[in-house]
Amino acid sequence: MFGYYLDLALRSLKRNKALTALMVLAIALGIGASMTTLTVLHVLSGDPLPGRSGKLFYPQLDPQDMDGYKPQDEPPTQVGWIDGIALLHAGRARHQALMTGGAVPIQPMQSAIDPFFEDARYTSADFFPMFEVPFLYGHGWNAADDEASARVAVLSRKLNDKLFGGKDSTGQTLRMDDVAFRIVGVLDSWRPTPHFYDLHTGSYSAEEGVFVPLTTATDLKFARNGSTDCWGKGMSDDMKTATCTWLQFWVQLDTPAEAVAYKQFLLNYSQEQKALGRFQRPANVRLRNVMDWLDYNKVVPSDVHLQVWLAFGFLLVCLVNTVGLMLAKFLRRSAELGVRRALGASRRSLFAQLLVEAGAVGLVGGAGGLLLALLGLWLVRRQPSDYAALAHLDLPMLLATFASAVLATLLAGLLPAWRACLIPPALQLKSN
Amino acid sequence: MTLHPILAALRKHKAGVVLIALQIALTLAIVCNAVFIIGQRIERVNRPTGLVENDLFLVTQQWVGAPSGDEPGGVAKLDTMQMEDLAALRNLPDVASVAPINTMPLLNSSWNGSMALKPGQELRQGQARTTYYFGDEQMLSTLGLRLVAGRGFTAGDVQHRGFRDTTSPAIVIVTKELADKLFPQGGAVGKTVYIDGSSSPTAIVGVVERLQVPSTGSWVNGFTWNATLVPTRLNANFSRYVVRAKPGRLDAAMRAVAPALYKVNPMRVLDDDSVRSFAEIRDKAYRADRGMAILMGVVCLILLCVTAAGIVGLTSFWVGQRHRQIGVRRALGARKVDILRYFQIENLLIAGAGVVIGVLLAVGLNLWLMSHYEMTRIPLPYVLTGVLAMLAIGQAAVFVPARRASNVPPVEATRAA
Repeated sequence: MFGYYLDLALRSLKRNKALTALMVLAIALGIGASMTTLTVLHVLSGDPLPGRSGKLFYPQLDPQDMDGYKPQDEPPTQVGWIDGIALLHAGRARHQALMTGGAVPIQPMQSAIDPFFEDARYTSADFFPMFEVPFLYGHGWNAADDEASARVAVLSRKLNDKLFGGKDSTGQTLRMDDVAFRIVGVLDSWRPTPHFYDLHTGSYSAEEGVFVPLTTATDLKFARNGSTDCWGKGMSDDMKTATCTWLQFWVQLDTPAEAVAYKQFLLNYSQEQKALGRFQRPANVRLRNVMDWLDYNKVVPSDVHLQVWLAFGFLLVCLVNTVGLMLAKFLRRSAELGVRRALGASRRSLFAQLLVEAGAVGLVGGAGGLLLALLGLWLVRRQPSDYAALAHLDLPMLLATFASAVLATLLAGLLPAWRACLIPPALQLKSN
Repeated sequence: MTLHPILAALRKHKAGVVLIALQIALTLAIVCNAVFIIGQRIERVNRPTGLVENDLFLVTQQWVGAPSGDEPGGVAKLDTMQMEDLAALRNLPDVASVAPINTMPLLNSSWNGSMALKPGQELRQGQARTTYYFGDEQMLSTLGLRLVAGRGFTAGDVQHRGFRDTTSPAIVIVTKELADKLFPQGGAVGKTVYIDGSSSPTAIVGVVERLQVPSTGSWVNGFTWNATLVPTRLNANFSRYVVRAKPGRLDAAMRAVAPALYKVNPMRVLDDDSVRSFAEIRDKAYRADRGMAILMGVVCLILLCVTAAGIVGLTSFWVGQRHRQIGVRRALGARKVDILRYFQIENLLIAGAGVVIGVLLAVGLNLWLMSHYEMTRIPLPYVLTGVLAMLAIGQAAVFVPARRASNVPPVEATRAA
């Protein structure tokens, strides 16, 4: 029966090409726009480290003075040097890393390459094991290197390709800001999206090109990137004593019990600091995991949300439009349907026949929508924003495109098909 | 022509009528709000920074192996290096003027603080938040700022200090917006203010008409025009110079920068991003807004086309369905124009109902957007324009099928049923 219905549907669609084309186009446009914006949203609100993000936490403390204090305020989004180092040395978590972003001038040995700036991350050693950063060559550094402010560096794969043509460069020397560093490792491609561990240097920025120990970078006074938030006496020549927050601190806590214990530790630490007179505000701590931290910071640009809403509004109009056109199309064929009814076709089989026709429109519309979504994403990728390059259609989204197109058109076909089935056969035979 | 027969006929096509009206209502609601968003973005992108932007460019560079600002004598050495750079740039044939500067409007990198009328008020709790621009006596003229009261900086005013040194300056120039906020009665020139909770006084010596802060993010919405100019060269291992090229010589001046600076001191990093015209900075700052406006525009256009096509489709169907009735009316003496008017008025009635619902939906959507996103109330003219546009599109879409209807010959009435 299905084959016969399909044949009928195709004949009917061919009979009125303009109307069919209009329906297919409307569905394709609506689905294409929705899928493009949904894919972008899907990519941007993804989990940067699937499987691990639930175990990684971002502790926050409030070390500020009482000026402008409001009890409901959130603590600062970063930590200062004294608290960061204290928490790092306390070592209460499985892994912990203290870090900040920066930019360093790189002076390549090869005279063919001019000196250039490279985004850098200054971090303590646990960064690599905690985030399970993949290494192509070598390895990270260890806590002893941190203590000794060792002149060691880890390169990204991209920078290693640029400087050493992709060869194993471990053991070689890299000059940065006139200081020689020994390369100990080269990362494999690694780009957590969003750039969760430091949102201040761009929510979707690519990973940094070079990693050096935080202690080394601070001693050498390497230039920082990111946000510095100060109170009281504020900035000073020595960022180690400044009353500013400018570092990110991450911990890995494997079980919920560990997380509860760590939060208690933060509370105790804050109370102790208050008793010592260093903190003035009542203890105010937070311990968010990666996804909560991203939510709290609203990393997905509100424009992206707006675009999704716009696209769905657009799809809705396209569907209403399709319902109207299908209604017209089906009712116009009242006579033909009446004949089929009179010859013994049940309402149910008429309904099925019309839905097959709607489904055929949906399938073609879905294919068109897919093409338009690919075109839309290609356009998005040509945009110069941080996240543009990430906008790709994956298999689930591809299947979702087809499924939603067919489903949407079937839904749109329900009312017209039902209305068309209600026509009494005799009347149709008589009136035309 | 009375409306009665039209209404009676519409009652026979309830589903179709409701669908067209609904489509018009949804389209109106979406298009009104989208156009409003486009309008807001355009307004944002077009707001003047206060600079004379033509022929302006920015140089960002970093010295390699420069003395640290923390070691004794380091700041003095860094300042000498900066002065050498400035002298070299000022000597270029295509350059009109140069000033050291820490940041620029739209650059999204800023040093923010607050200004208070009393000493020792907390850093972030002063009367007005502000962003600082540090530069020398040529900063005003290079940027092209318009002084509306007081005086500009003189060479004697200009100090220099380390990048992280937060000593309060003796004098500053503020924007009119900031001056009005601090001194609503006017007369800001000569008054004393306290910067970032400091207890040492700072005098306002001049007021400029307008200067935007570097950030374009929503967090600066409260102080977008509260800029403060400080006559101080900041010394660090990097520096920025704002350069005004001679009229029409922008490209030549930009090309001459790197060789001139390398000649002064080759131990520095100047890469592709180091010399950027202000046009480029502006382009980058508002790229997202422009992209959003274009996207909204395209979607609106397609939406209107889809709706118009839908009206054409449904009306054509109705015309086909009523062929005989039209023939009967013609045979009974109706003129072609009567048939045309019939379909036009019918469409006007449906579209009219659609836009009434559409206006309610548009306002509702606007309220919802206001509660979820940064959005203001949609002004009435937007909605009214939308209403008129929808009615016009309805009429345009109905014209072709209606004319086809009016061409149905009276003889159609005699054709067999």
